[in-house]
Amino acid sequence: MIVHQISIFLENRAGQLAQVTRVLADNGIDMRAISIAETTDYGVLRLIVDNAEKATNILLANGFVLSMTPVHVVAVPDHAGGLAPVLEALAEGDLDIEYMYSLFTHKEGKAYMVFRNSDEEKFISLLEAHGVKLATKEELGLK
Amino acid sequence: MPNYYQPEIETASHEQILAWQNERLIKQVQHVWDNVPYYRKKMEEKGVTPADIKSVDDLHKLPFVTKADLREAYPYGLMGKPLKDCVRIQSTSGTTGKRVVAFYTQHDIDLWEDCCARAIVAVGGTKEDVCQVSYGYGLFTGGPGLNGGSHKVGCLTIPTSSGNTERQIMFIRDLQSTILCCTPSYAAYLGETMKEMGLTPDQIPLKAGIFGAEAWSEEMRQDIQNTLGIKAYDIYGLTELSGPGVSFECSEQSGMHINEDHFIAEIIDPETGEVLPEGAKGELVFTAITKEAFPLLRYRTRDICTLSRKKCSCGRTHVKMSKPMGRSDDMLIIRGVNVFPSQIESVLINAGYPANYQIIVDRANHSDTLDVQVEMTPEMFTDNVGVIKKRQSGLEAGLRSMLGISAHVILVAPKSITRSEGKAVRVIDKRKI
Repeated sequence: MIVHQISIFLENRAGQLAQVTRVLADNGIDMRAISIAETTDYGVLRLIVDNAEKATNILLANGFVLSMTPVHVVAVPDHAGGLAPVLEALAEGDLDIEYMYSLFTHKEGKAYMVFRNSDEEKFISLLEAHGVKLATKEELGLK
Repeated sequence: MPNYYQPEIETASHEQILAWQNERLIKQVQHVWDNVPYYRKKMEEKGVTPADIKSVDDLHKLPFVTKADLREAYPYGLMGKPLKDCVRIQSTSGTTGKRVVAFYTQHDIDLWEDCCARAIVAVGGTKEDVCQVSYGYGLFTGGPGLNGGSHKVGCLTIPTSSGNTERQIMFIRDLQSTILCCTPSYAAYLGETMKEMGLTPDQIPLKAGIFGAEAWSEEMRQDIQNTLGIKAYDIYGLTELSGPGVSFECSEQSGMHINEDHFIAEIIDPETGEVLPEGAKGELVFTAITKEAFPLLRYRTRDICTLSRKKCSCGRTHVKMSKPMGRSDDMLIIRGVNVFPSQIESVLINAGYPANYQIIVDRANHSDTLDVQVEMTPEMFTDNVGVIKKRQSGLEAGLRSMLGISAHVILVAPKSITRSEGKAVRVIDKRKI
């Protein structure tokens, strides 16, 4: 199942990140994952929030430049060695991962990883072949 | 003991200079009327004929020549001589569409080199001197002009051209160069480098420097003089008029004597075009009265300065111009290259960026830096940093090919560039000049 990640353009200067979190805080948006890809001048902030649509509208209204990016969330066993077999399965299938980061959420011995990759169909079939499950929005409490 | 290259000209009485100017102006206007249809048409439109120009007092009747005319008439439209009589071209550091190509007969080159020779002698140059010309050679007028002047004075000339700092310093030390000609920023850089090498001013054989082609401050002059242990002199010129040597500083180091036997200077109000009285601050306009191949009349330099006829202790009688205090257009001179904000704007728009941008010019390590801040837009934004970077470097490549110099593109948050009430503030020049 596809999860909507919000990607936000941020200038590399003090206070930029604080502005985003303040806007979200004031509107009761709960963040589930944060990742930043940065260069010397700017960065792209990637967010998974409980209500992506609402967050997007609020951020747009506050003048941020952003895009919605479809990503997948994979549940992996929350113990040593839990992630390695998943990544190995993707590597064997020759699938490129653009980026990956973790959700704050932990549940019943499971940790959650966000994946962005070049070939979604292949990604899903490789996971299925290795018995790895995609997390559902309900499971993560996302709208 | 003052030195002159052509004492009878450089110290001539004002009446004598005026007599030369009157005679040459009348001749030059006729020459242009007969040979430059582009300018003749401008005169006809203004209802002026050569018969109306009887002396310098009538100069104001003539139409101006602007950079726009040079572009429109490019490349041959303002020539006063057939190509077969020309022996050289030089060109400005400008860019596509803005480049100026100037033509020279052998006579033009001779007079230009005389002007440069006057500048060299004014700083104490004689045939005993070793003159290192570290201006660029080639289309740029700096190298060829000072090279020719140095030959005329009889100096041993070292045509190092610009760059290769180690080699520059090697020649200065091994061949005991006494006069250095280059841009002031390069002189400062050479000075810093020699200082880092542990050389003290008394170990540097240089005694004088002729530095031009860009604006520089009194503070910078002091710096250069202290690190190199020399006297640093300013020189002014434009490719459109010949090159360096239109005016030059003397021992007083307080303004540049304009070679009035070749160039008539006026100061005008840049808004109305009206001629301003002596001493007033305004735009400098030149009429070249001896040039054959590229005879520009009333050429608007866009440089803002003042003129002074105050008696000079060096004995020269030619009028002095102040260092240019700014420009009456939005042209920037960055690393010696002419840059117009409109050029940057067109690159941005062609690449799909909005016209919300800011140009920040600064100095680092004695060299100009050019940053272009561009606001990120929803259209240009993507989650993929690699793609953003690629667009950013594409923009930088576009700017480099348009401007001829490199620029750093900085992507900034939307609406972060201050919107002004009236005219947009496009340029922030942080250079201390």
